[in-house]
Amino acid sequence: MSLLLALFLAVNPPRVVEISAKRFAFTPSEIHLRAGEPVTIRLVTTDRAHGLLVKELHIDLDASVDDPDSITITPSQAGTYTAICDHYCGIGHGSMKMKVIVE
Amino acid sequence: MRRRDFLQLSIAAAGSAALLRFSPTAEAASFLRRRNGEAPSPFTIVQLSDTHVGFQGPPDPLGTKAFEHAVDTINALDTQPDLVIFTGDLTQDSEDPAEHAKRMKTFRSIEDRLRVRKRYHVPGEHDSALDGGTLYREHFGESHYSFDHRGVHFIALDNVSAGRPLVGRAQIAWLKNDLARYPKSAPIIVFTHRPLFDLKPDWEWFTTDGDEVMNVLAPYDNVTVLYGHIHRVDHHTFGHAQHHAARSLIFAFPDPETAGEKKPMPFDASQPFRNLGIRQVHTAPASVDDIELSHNEIAGTNGIQRIMKGAFA
Repeated sequence: MSLLLALFLAVNPPRVVEISAKRFAFTPSEIHLRAGEPVTIRLVTTDRAHGLLVKELHIDLDASVDDPDSITITPSQAGTYTAICDHYCGIGHGSMKMKVIVE
Repeated sequence: MRRRDFLQLSIAAAGSAALLRFSPTAEAASFLRRRNGEAPSPFTIVQLSDTHVGFQGPPDPLGTKAFEHAVDTINALDTQPDLVIFTGDLTQDSEDPAEHAKRMKTFRSIEDRLRVRKRYHVPGEHDSALDGGTLYREHFGESHYSFDHRGVHFIALDNVSAGRPLVGRAQIAWLKNDLARYPKSAPIIVFTHRPLFDLKPDWEWFTTDGDEVMNVLAPYDNVTVLYGHIHRVDHHTFGHAQHHAARSLIFAFPDPETAGEKKPMPFDASQPFRNLGIRQVHTAPASVDDIELSHNEIAGTNGIQRIMKGAFA
């Protein structure tokens, strides 16, 4: 992160979007972001370890019950993206998805 | 020495399983005899994947029948393979460790019917992601290791036991150390569960640090990666490495290029083993044959009744 961007974010902290994970769903199941606007994605979990992955947006989080995870991104490309849990969490793991919509 | 001088790989679709062959030229064999101490000589291996012992569901109401039929198919081969390699998801996971252990024992009981005694495994996420691989190691031993067989270096990589699709720093450091003593021309077969490249990330067909693994392997001229996980045949070449996914022995996934979502292909009672199969890998001449377990004698109503009665058990 450049020094200027770091200073800007210190003065104008990005919006925080919190996503809660629990087998086998994310809450909310859909979030809306704005292209060009920094945003912090924070993943919390209430039962066991889960991941949140959107390769195209460089979101790759891994949270456990006592250890949330977060990342600040600035999405550049509008579109609808599928976020998946990439930390195997049981038989329903494959259906654990949500939508990230960049407007 | 270039890869093409050593390994001429052809891919052929056959009727009922998957096959690889590596044929060294006389020059390559001489070179490797000097460098490795053991010259490559023709042999065959068979790859089986994603047997999911314990799975119950509409995509495959026959449970272990395809796995058992694959064992019978291999035992009936005129030339027995030297090795059989299982690329993960040997079992379906269970929240109950005792039940999961029972499934691993069932897997072993079926596997033990193979005439081939040299058998190697890596875990899939269904075997080891929930407990970090503890139960898997109790039943199958270490989840990453290497060995040499007739001039070919085999490397088993675990990209699932971390819970995430990850090989991890420790295993990558081990890989670097393992490879250091081999010449760049050594024939190397890596076997693992998940693809080591981004095949379809939103279907979980990737390994997060797969690029790091392939960078370690990049200086080597003869690298073949055998994997499972995607329940369908796939072949990709990147640089010096060829990546081959094998069919499953429980149910198939559709082509992500044409399917809207990831869900198992429906069971077809008239062709119960359609899209399921094994891979045979021959070293002379070099070839990979993906064989589908859809034989005429077990298709149709009579076939399905024979399967249900255990005629192929």
